[in-house]
Amino acid sequence: MSVTVKLPTQLREAAGGVSAVNVDGDTVGAVLDALFELHGELRDRLTDESGDLRRFVNVYVGGEDIRFAEALETKVQAGQEVQILPAVAGGC
Amino acid sequence: MGATSLNCRECGSEYELDASYVCGRCFGPLEVAYDHSGLTGDIAALRRRIQGGPQNIWRYADFLPLTGGQPGPSARASSRAGLPAGCTPLIRADRLAERLGLGEVWVKNDAANPTHSFKDRVVSVAAARARELGFEVLACASTGNLANSVAAHAAALGLESYVFIPADLEEQKILATGVYGTNLVKVRGNYDDVNRLCTELSGERDWAFVNVNLRPYYAEGSKTIAYEIAEQMGWSTPDRIVAPVASGSLYTKVAKGFSEWLDLGIIEGGLPVMHGAQAAGCSPVAQAWDAGHDVCRPVKPDTIAKSLAIGNPADGPYALELARSSGGTIESVTDDEVRQGIRLLAETTGVFTETAGGVTTASLAKLAARGAIGPDERVVLVITGEGLKTLDAVRGTFEEFEIDASYGAFVRDVEREGVTA
Repeated sequence: MSVTVKLPTQLREAAGGVSAVNVDGDTVGAVLDALFELHGELRDRLTDESGDLRRFVNVYVGGEDIRFAEALETKVQAGQEVQILPAVAGGC
Repeated sequence: MGATSLNCRECGSEYELDASYVCGRCFGPLEVAYDHSGLTGDIAALRRRIQGGPQNIWRYADFLPLTGGQPGPSARASSRAGLPAGCTPLIRADRLAERLGLGEVWVKNDAANPTHSFKDRVVSVAAARARELGFEVLACASTGNLANSVAAHAAALGLESYVFIPADLEEQKILATGVYGTNLVKVRGNYDDVNRLCTELSGERDWAFVNVNLRPYYAEGSKTIAYEIAEQMGWSTPDRIVAPVASGSLYTKVAKGFSEWLDLGIIEGGLPVMHGAQAAGCSPVAQAWDAGHDVCRPVKPDTIAKSLAIGNPADGPYALELARSSGGTIESVTDDEVRQGIRLLAETTGVFTETAGGVTTASLAKLAARGAIGPDERVVLVITGEGLKTLDAVRGTFEEFEIDASYGAFVRDVEREGVTA
């Protein structure tokens, strides 16, 4: 089941310069694992020692923050877009 | 001397002073680092130099991240100084203190900025740094006040601008942005949706998004609130600060401003106890505080305090750390308390604030009511914006009279003579 992972500019160098990657997976966790299989360097950038997402990493499925769903267990449908963005933007 | 690098707050990695905001190694936020070793000698001389500076935030240029020092006078085609911000009044609020049973309360009225909110401080710094870095377009994701400020600063500097706002924003804030001649983009979604779009756009366009890729510089502007309070209090610190929390940037940077000056010996006292204020309808930081967590779970905002309606606060973890380390708290208040807070401040000080100031004032009232503030303590309430921007919040909160133009009507309908209650 193929989904598109959109990468922020800060990660593209570690992913061979591309802005999006197609991988298989039916949850966010599985999708990210598949992404890390392809581009090993991304694992360390995005997750800490225990394998959890670092606290300044936001992940969206279909535009919705995965923390409103089931975090890494959030289901991903074929053709959906998974977007990774830095959390530090915005605000007052 | 001055700004030296951008450092990651999480892992300490160092970066050049360019338009970046995220650590490439761990995704942590970047923050401006300084070398102030040249300022430690003659403190009296440094104070005099600050006092002799311009009546705006550039009097603190030594502590702001411009590599070329304070912006100079206008050139022919474009103003280099832009739209000066800061030097807003610090008002002693004895009637407010009396009403709340407190000893000494001061109101830092940042509605007295060019576009009527504290945002002019942060945008002044971001816009000046954007010019130094050679950008020709200013942009932002805004809950309204920032939109006003970015559009106005771009107009003053002769830069093009793009302003992104949630489509359901208060009409006053939309009108007070469009008037400056910006590219005003209303996004169907809440602020966090706008922010996500702008974060993506900042990677695709060569623009200075003041609160995305210029965020490390932008955030430093909030330190000037602390510098001004300290200078206005005779080079000393208050005992407590009550400030609003949306992303948590202002709240944490005010503390950073005090800390820097305390470290350099420019001011006396200690770091104030820092109280953060949120609206209950969008209180991810207050909820994390109450639960004892050190990170925030995002929320969907539902509050009249739209300028604070950030459900996914970027500086949430640092705001929680600061509340803890300074002995403070993160408060939350209901929308009704926000309206009461606006009225309380207006009736006791003559300062009409927007909903964010209602949140802050109501939080002070809450702290006072539960006896958290000692009678001999000096408290500063940070009022960040102007009441005329959120007029709907006070509609229907007071009585009014409409009469015929006759003395008899006045006596009968207003003074109610002969009418028994």
